[in-house]
Amino acid sequence: MNEKATEHDITKTSGKAMIEIIGMHKWYGDFHVLRGIDLTVAEQERIVVCGPSGSGKSTMIRCINRLEEHQKGRISVDGVELTNNIKNIEKIRAEVGMVFQHFNLFPHLTILDNLTLGPIWVLKIPRKEAEEEAMHYLEKVHIAEQAQKYPGQLSGGQQQRVAIARSLCMKPKIMLFDEPTSALDPEMIKEVLDVMIDLAREGMTMIVVTHEMGFAKSVAHRVLFMDYGQIVEGNTPEEFFNNPQHERTKLFLSQIL
Amino acid sequence: MQDMAHEIYTDDMKPPVTSVGVIGWAKANLFNGIFNSILTIITIFILWKFLPPFIRWAFVDSAWNTTGAACREASGACWSVIFSNFRFIIFGFFPYESQWRPFVAMLILFGLLFYSRNRNHWSKYLGYSWIIGLIVMGLLMKGGLFGLASVDSTKWGGLPLTLLLSVFGLTAAYPLGVILALGRQSKMNGVRWICIVYIEAIRGVPLISLLFMSSIIFPLFLPEGVTFNKILRAQVAIILFTAAYIAEVVRGGLQGMSKGQYEAAESMGLNYYLTMRLVILPQALKIVIPPTVSILISAFKDTSLVVIIALWDLLKTTQSVLSNPEWMGFSREAYFVVAIIYFLGCFSMSNYSRKLEKELSAGEQH
Repeated sequence: MNEKATEHDITKTSGKAMIEIIGMHKWYGDFHVLRGIDLTVAEQERIVVCGPSGSGKSTMIRCINRLEEHQKGRISVDGVELTNNIKNIEKIRAEVGMVFQHFNLFPHLTILDNLTLGPIWVLKIPRKEAEEEAMHYLEKVHIAEQAQKYPGQLSGGQQQRVAIARSLCMKPKIMLFDEPTSALDPEMIKEVLDVMIDLAREGMTMIVVTHEMGFAKSVAHRVLFMDYGQIVEGNTPEEFFNNPQHERTKLFLSQIL
Repeated sequence: MQDMAHEIYTDDMKPPVTSVGVIGWAKANLFNGIFNSILTIITIFILWKFLPPFIRWAFVDSAWNTTGAACREASGACWSVIFSNFRFIIFGFFPYESQWRPFVAMLILFGLLFYSRNRNHWSKYLGYSWIIGLIVMGLLMKGGLFGLASVDSTKWGGLPLTLLLSVFGLTAAYPLGVILALGRQSKMNGVRWICIVYIEAIRGVPLISLLFMSSIIFPLFLPEGVTFNKILRAQVAIILFTAAYIAEVVRGGLQGMSKGQYEAAESMGLNYYLTMRLVILPQALKIVIPPTVSILISAFKDTSLVVIIALWDLLKTTQSVLSNPEWMGFSREAYFVVAIIYFLGCFSMSNYSRKLEKELSAGEQH
């Protein structure tokens, strides 16, 4: 095995399961979006999910923090099972950060207030402390000088970095990324990916829905391919890109690479 | 040499002067194009036709402080109808010697409203001063304590009554409307249906019928001897009516919010109450400031409908002055003044809403 493979070796992480999905199904009306998802994500594991549009990738990760409700099967996050118990849901949501395709910053608040909203109101951290933390994370995403501006005054790439910092302020154990670079102009994609790569180096557990295959190759432990609501194939990036097993995976890779 | 050359180029160039003086301004603003020129000429003609006679009527030929008989001699406006009856028009049947009390109450109200205009003044202490102010105002109107003679609320009238009905009506209707709008969007079927039925039922009837119901039908259901204050009943009717309209406007604002805002708030663990209070409502309510103010303005004017249940608001006191034989026939002047008072109220509301809108959106756009 070459060095790169060992870097991706998940056995180096603690191996404790952070997310466990067993036999999950979901329907939108009569439309069967997710058809039996089984997935276990270990602590500090980084997973990239790809697949054609409509394959259920976004829906799958949105089920993990209950933005969508699954109708069959089980999901547990950090040992807590997702049920209709609203307290459980709020607890899991505070532990799971989510970054959206369209950033979804709060346009009526300054960047700093966007970041401190969750810590102050959910984690009950004093404002001054929350602001210090927020500045720390803004520096980390290289955007501290914009703290007093409003989201509408920032570029797309900057807004997405703020959105990542906003999630990090909640000290999440898991970060979910729902096509974080799809709405960005090409020249801004790199600045966002760089921040995500930094995050990966620090050992964050991440699930990233993206078509950035360069990102997948450089940081993912596992790449999953989804189609028709199922996980068709999942493997290390080397195996996945060099030696895809299924016809559908081969077809998809031939279309995007 | 080089320095000099440099200086020449750094000289700021002034924008080219396109219009000079009055003629240039008129050319640019009044006569640019045939259509605008025609409009300008028509406007000037209308002003020339109507303004001099109006000024003549209102100021030159007018009688300012005479009796009704003397007024009939004058060919212009009879402002005496206002001046001679001023205190009755403003204060209605409030005991004459105690009319300083509603006057002071109104001063306190205007003072508080004016001070609250500035958003920087919004604090806990402003809230306390409003509470204290309301208590003092109530005391001044009602009396019965600290040596103030008690005045029955049936004697309240004129401008204080109009202000009482509108200020309380609007401040109570607004939060109620917001709650109804949220209720109508609720996932709980019971809550949603109650709100829908309420809103549609109230919007389906005119305010007049609600006022009638509150003053005539509602007391029929009360046991013998139990009565509710008539003003309070009218007040409640106005609040319930206005709230239903505000609810629909606010619902429009809520629907204008993108799903992403809810998701972002929820995904950081904010509960429903905090999501609404911190993320959704600040944005949604700001979007609907213009239609909300329209409703508040029309509700302010609609308070004059209480005349039909025999409350003596500003319009009714004016009307009753005009039924006095001495002043009969001077309705033009009297209603003109009342119209100005209403206009001042409405105009300051819409002016303030524009100011607020501007302040709230500062910095948010590019």
